[in-house]
Amino acid sequence: MINSNEIIDDIANKEYEFGFTTDIEMDIAPPGLNEDIIRFISAKKNEPEWLLEWRLKGFQAFKKLKFPNWQHFELPELDLQSLSYYAAPKKKKQLNSLDEVDPELLATFEKLGIPLNEQKALTGVAVDAVFDSVSVATTFKGKLKEMGVIFCSFGEAVQEYPDLVKKYLGTVVPHSDNVFAALNSAVFSDGSFVYIPKGVRCPMELSTYFRINAQNTGQFERTLIVADDNSYVSYLEGCTAPMRDENQLHAAVVEIVALDHAEVKYSTVQNWYPGDKDGKGGIYNFVTKRGICKGERSKISWTQVETGSAITWKYPSVILQGDHSEGEFYSVAVVRNKQIADTGTKIHHIGKGTRSRIISKGISAGHGDNSYRGLVSVGPRAENARNFTQCDSLLIGNQCGSHTFPYIESRNKTAMIEHEATTSKIGEDQIFYLNARGIDTEKAVALIVNGYVKEVLNQLPMEFAVEAQKLLSITLEGSVG
Amino acid sequence: MLTIKNLHAEVEGKKILKGINLEINKGEMHAIMGPNGSGKSSLASVLAGRDNYTVTEGEVWFNGKNLLEMSPEDRAREGVFLAFQYPVEIPGVSNINFLKTAVNEVRTYKGLPPLEAKEFLKLTKEKQQLVDFNTNLMNRSLNEGFSGGEKKRNEIFQLAMLNPQLAILDETDSGLDIDALRIVSNGVNKLRDAEKSFVVITHYQRLLEYIVPDFVHVLYNGRIIKTGTKELALELEEKGYDWLKEAEHEKESV
Repeated sequence: MINSNEIIDDIANKEYEFGFTTDIEMDIAPPGLNEDIIRFISAKKNEPEWLLEWRLKGFQAFKKLKFPNWQHFELPELDLQSLSYYAAPKKKKQLNSLDEVDPELLATFEKLGIPLNEQKALTGVAVDAVFDSVSVATTFKGKLKEMGVIFCSFGEAVQEYPDLVKKYLGTVVPHSDNVFAALNSAVFSDGSFVYIPKGVRCPMELSTYFRINAQNTGQFERTLIVADDNSYVSYLEGCTAPMRDENQLHAAVVEIVALDHAEVKYSTVQNWYPGDKDGKGGIYNFVTKRGICKGERSKISWTQVETGSAITWKYPSVILQGDHSEGEFYSVAVVRNKQIADTGTKIHHIGKGTRSRIISKGISAGHGDNSYRGLVSVGPRAENARNFTQCDSLLIGNQCGSHTFPYIESRNKTAMIEHEATTSKIGEDQIFYLNARGIDTEKAVALIVNGYVKEVLNQLPMEFAVEAQKLLSITLEGSVG
Repeated sequence: MLTIKNLHAEVEGKKILKGINLEINKGEMHAIMGPNGSGKSSLASVLAGRDNYTVTEGEVWFNGKNLLEMSPEDRAREGVFLAFQYPVEIPGVSNINFLKTAVNEVRTYKGLPPLEAKEFLKLTKEKQQLVDFNTNLMNRSLNEGFSGGEKKRNEIFQLAMLNPQLAILDETDSGLDIDALRIVSNGVNKLRDAEKSFVVITHYQRLLEYIVPDFVHVLYNGRIIKTGTKELALELEEKGYDWLKEAEHEKESV
C-alpha cells in the first residue's frame, strides 16, 4: 500500500501537460519599462493619439501607485525593468484568412486542443487565440458579424471601432485603479473586444484562449465586453503557458459593461503553469476583472476555475448600479505544491433591489495556501439589497492552508446579507470507504472533489464543464494517501 | 473460498490479532462474537485492507489468490465486501453516482462493459425493493445526514448492488432499533445464496435470531478460542464470556 508521502512525491513529479514551447520567430522589444516603450507599442499597433495619451496617463499613475501589502502572502520582488513589454510572432504581411496564419501557431493551438480551423472547431464556440501579446486568429468572425456581434482582437477594435472603444475603455477599471491595472493600461498589448448590439442573444459561446510562450515577457492583455440593452453573451477564457524556471507576470484587465436588461456570463478556466514542486517558476496571475451592471435588471456572472499559476491574485467584481441588477460569482480555486491563491470577489450594491450570490470553493493540497477574500458592500440607496455568500474550503493532507477574509459593509437597513462558511478535509476514512467499494484512490479523490465543486461547474458551458472536471482530476492526481 | 492461516496483525506497534485460523466455504454464514477489544473489527479491517494495520505473520487466501497482496480496491473488485460499522459521510457525492462508479469499477475489473443508464436504474430499483431501501435516500449525498439506521441500511443496499462473494458485516446491528434490525436482517437473508458467504461480526446474540449462522466463533485476545454452531451463541447469551476467558487464561498459564 502506498503511504501519503509517496503519493505527495508522486504529484510533485507529475508533469504539467501544457509545458511545451513553440519555436517561432518573434518580434521582441528590448527589456525595460519607460515612456519610449509605451510609444513603441502604440506606434507598432498604429494607435490613435488619444489612446497613446491614455497609456501615458496609465504610466504616470503606475509610477505613483504603491504595491499593496494587505494580501495574505509575501509579494515576490518584481523586477519590472527586466521584462520585455512586447512580444509577437513575426508576420510577413497583413493576414486575410486563417490560411495565412503561421502553421507553427496553428499547430500550437491544435496541440492545446483549440483548433482554429472553423471546420474542426467546437461548434457553437467562436475563439480568439492570443499568443504572447497578440491575437493570432479569431474564428467565426463573419458569422457573428451578420448578427451585428463584434468579436475581434482589441487591436483590431481600436482600428475598426474606435468610437466604441473610446466610449467604454477604462470606464469600469480606470487607468489608475491599482498598480497592476495602471501598468496594464500603459503597456497592454492585445486582448479581445466584444460588443453585442441591442436585443441580440449571441448565438455561440465566445472564447479567448491565452497562451504565453516567449521568455522574459509579461503578458498584459485587456478585454472589453459591452452588452447593449436586452442582449446576452456567454464568454470563456482559457490559459496555459510553457514550463519555465523564471516567474512570469500576467497582469490582465477585463472590463464588462451590461446595459439595461443585458446579461453577461464570463467564465475562466485558468491553467497557467503553476511552477514546480519547490515553487520554482510559474505565472504570477495578478488580474483586475470588474463588471458594471449599468442598466436596470442587468446581470453579470463570473465563474472561475483556477488551477494553475504560482500565485493567483484577483477579485472579479461587480458594481450593481442599475436598479434590480444582479451579480454572481462562482469560484473553484485549487492550490497544491507551493501554489498560492488569494482570490474572491467584490460586489457593490448601489441600485435598489440589487441581488448578488457568491459561491466560493477552495481546495488546498500539498503546501498550497488558499485564501478567500470578499467584500459585499451595500450603499445607502440600495433598498432591499440581497446577498448570499457561501464559502467552503476543502483540505487535502495536513501541510496546506486555507483562510477566509469576508468583509461586509452595509449602509442600508433594509439590506439582507447572509454568509455561510465550511471547512472540511478529505479524510483517509472517506478514501478507504470508496476503496472498499472497488474505487481506486485517484478516482475516489476525483469523485469527492467533483461532488464538492459541482455547484460551480454547473455554471460553466457544457463542453467546458467536462474539461474543467478533467482538469481538476489531473491537477489533484495523487494528492491523497 | 476464504482461508485465514495464523494471521497476526498490529496497529501502531500494538499486537491485535495473534494467530487467527479460519476456513470459510461457499454459501456459509459465520458469526464472530467476542467481548469488546477482542479484535473482531480489526479482523474485518485487515481483510478489507485498511492501511493502518500491519500484517506481521500469516496468510489469507481468497479463491486461491493472496488477498494480503491486493490493494483494498482490488479486494473489493475480487468480491470481498465490508459493511462498515461506521459508514462515512461524503458530502456532494450523490449516493447513486457513487454506486454507479463502484458497480462499473467492479465490472471493468471483470472485463465487463459498464452498465447502461437504463440497466443500472433497473438494477437499482430491483435491489432497492429487495432490501427495502428508501428511494429518497438514493439522490442524497452519500450518507450525509442519514440516521444511524439509514446508514446501515445503505450498507446492505450497497451489498445487494455489488453482489460480492464474501460479505463481512462489521457490527451492522449496533445502533439499530428492533424494526431497523429486522429490515437489515431480512435484507441479508434475501441475499443469502449457495454462492455467497457471510462473516457477521456482532456483540449480541440478538442479531443471530434473525440471521441464523452455520458457525459461531468466539474471538478473544486476538485469537479464536472457541467454535461452535448457533447453540454456542445462546450459551454465550446465557453465561457471558467469562467462562471462556478463564479457560483461556488457564491454558496460557499452563
